[in-house]
Amino acid sequence: MIDRNDVILKVDNLKTHFRTDEGIVKAVDGVSFSLRKGETLGFVGESGCGKSVTNLSLMKLIPSPPGRIVDGKVLFHDRDILKMKENEIRGIRGNKISMIFQDPMTSLNPFLKISTQLVETIILHQKKNEKESRKRAIEMLELVGIPAPAKRIDSYPHQFSGGMRQRVMIAMALSCNPEILIADEPTTALDVTIQAQILELIKDLSEKLGTATILITHDLGVVAGMCDTLNVMYAGRIIEKSDVSTLFSDPKHPYTIGLIKSVPRLDKKTGQKLYSIKGQPPNMIGMPECCPFHPRCEHTMDICRKKYPPVYDNGSGKTVNCWLFPAEPGNYSDEHKSADEHHMTGGAV
Amino acid sequence: MTKYIIRRFIGLFPTILVIITISFFIIRAAPGGPFDSEKTLPKQIQENIEKKYHLDEPVIKQYARYMLSIIRGDLGPSYRYKDQDVNYYIAKSIPNSLFLGAISMIIAVVFGITAGMISALRQNTWIDYLSMSVAVIGITIPLFVTGPVLVYFFAMKLNWFPTSGWITGRYGWTTLVLPVITLSFNNFAYIARLTRASILEIMRSDFIRTARAKGLKTSVILFRHVLKGAMLPVVSYLGPAFSAVLTGSVVVETIFRVPGMGKFFIQSALNRDYTLILGTVIVYSVILVIMNFIVDIVYAYLDPRISYK
Ligand SMILES: Nc1ncnc2c1ncn2[C@@H]1O[C@H](COP(=O)(O)OP(=O)(O)O)[C@@H](O)[C@H]1O
Ligand SMILES: [Mg+2]
Repeated sequence: MIDRNDVILKVDNLKTHFRTDEGIVKAVDGVSFSLRKGETLGFVGESGCGKSVTNLSLMKLIPSPPGRIVDGKVLFHDRDILKMKENEIRGIRGNKISMIFQDPMTSLNPFLKISTQLVETIILHQKKNEKESRKRAIEMLELVGIPAPAKRIDSYPHQFSGGMRQRVMIAMALSCNPEILIADEPTTALDVTIQAQILELIKDLSEKLGTATILITHDLGVVAGMCDTLNVMYAGRIIEKSDVSTLFSDPKHPYTIGLIKSVPRLDKKTGQKLYSIKGQPPNMIGMPECCPFHPRCEHTMDICRKKYPPVYDNGSGKTVNCWLFPAEPGNYSDEHKSADEHHMTGGAV
Repeated sequence: MTKYIIRRFIGLFPTILVIITISFFIIRAAPGGPFDSEKTLPKQIQENIEKKYHLDEPVIKQYARYMLSIIRGDLGPSYRYKDQDVNYYIAKSIPNSLFLGAISMIIAVVFGITAGMISALRQNTWIDYLSMSVAVIGITIPLFVTGPVLVYFFAMKLNWFPTSGWITGRYGWTTLVLPVITLSFNNFAYIARLTRASILEIMRSDFIRTARAKGLKTSVILFRHVLKGAMLPVVSYLGPAFSAVLTGSVVVETIFRVPGMGKFFIQSALNRDYTLILGTVIVYSVILVIMNFIVDIVYAYLDPRISYK
């Protein structure tokens, strides 16, 4: 179905743990997915479920200590980033894969001019001199809609509004024509009116430049209009994966159903109380080998308390980890086999 | 920025004026006068002397007279040292004090920042523990203890350096070592700890994550992205650090017999030599106020978020 050569990033059984005073936090615990050229892939899930850690791990940007990538592969054009030397990874960061973060107010260095911060990235990755890099930086600012960029490029970040700073971050992230743009909650910290503009900008530019995008958010409403594919995360794992339209028309996992029900909708009657999933996200320390969602689930069965559910694959790219959909042996996709075998052996110990 | 500097500079004058005024009246309010002594002088002579120095006038008139003479750059005659006036004694001693203070300050800053940086980069290694332990000692032990302890070991026991003296004397430059260490130790310790803490804090901030995500090298991140912000707490500490060096130098100059202003500061207070006390206070406060002014300017230069309005 998918042309194998189209896949530029393949993550396999990624596990990132944090050592804390209370114990080991399994922030990411066996995540597998792949990203195709030009695709927009969304990550959704309540905050704390491991979306940021997953994506920071891709570029080995986990603060260590306390964090450690304990297992898995991150194949970028079939080469494992996790096995690369630091200076090789630096050649990928900001160049082939770049990131935009949640809080534009703190993500730019307040002590340095915008020009310094943009130009240093371009000089670093492209064989350009100072003058050409500055020209490129001004072009990028123009592209993301900063008015009078040639003048404003010498401002400091505090002279820009939050929305403008996020535009600067986008300009910086795209300045070296990356193959992958990771946007980690790029609009969460912004005013509602600006959110739509920024998302629109990311969508437009990534289409124009052919950049594959990973969009992280805890807001299903945001991803609906933007993504091709969605990964729903819960407690450090992907529990449902689907193309966007199927996810909304035919959600399978009770958690996904809960998430969709809790999105405010214009076509619903007003005054109706908004649905929310009962209970709290699980404590990620010392989680037992069961379905982590079972305490909050409306369909909990005996087996849910005992064993982590296997992957159910409907054969057209949709997968679910839920005991309501026990996997037939023939249904395993290649991509998930290794991850799942791991769970099985892990569970048997 | 230029406007900001000019405005701040003009603001220095009222500050200095207030310091002089307060010192003037506090000294007059203290019991005793410059010509009180154990032997009571004949009344007539006492009155003549007081008349000569205008001490018989109302205090407010004396104040006006003093201020007028300061404006002309004349700190007046010393009441105790009869052959020369206050300007002479200060001009003779201040270069030595400034020299000692400046060297101590430079050493504290250079070594403090270096030690702090190394500690931060090698966090939780032996070198970090070592330099931070030295820093704790430096912070907790006052210099009137450090000085004599250093003298005991390095001058009396080991005979490496002279116990006291000055560069113009018989032992030359070696006389500088112990006073400079004594005077810089405290500030070195503070600066090292401040530098370490602020580098570590900035390393954790979002914009450093951004810098790493851009693919920058650790050394570039440190020197371009971390250091400027990390220097802010250090720079704002420099103001108090200068005053610590000034007051500290009074003690250190006494311990090591440095021919600086510290001697006059103490002697003139004991002698109630009004003009000499005021002279030293004015010089110290002018130095301090100017140093704080420079610190503010550097701070504003480092932090673009400071508004100059
Ligand atoms: N530096 C850290 N130290 C300890 N735990 C961490 C650290 N960073 C993240 N975590 C833990 O990892 C889990 C996932 O965090 P994160 O990926 O940031 O969630 P989100 O889905 O909201 O992006 C959380 O439970 C969090 O407590
Ligand atoms: Mg997050």
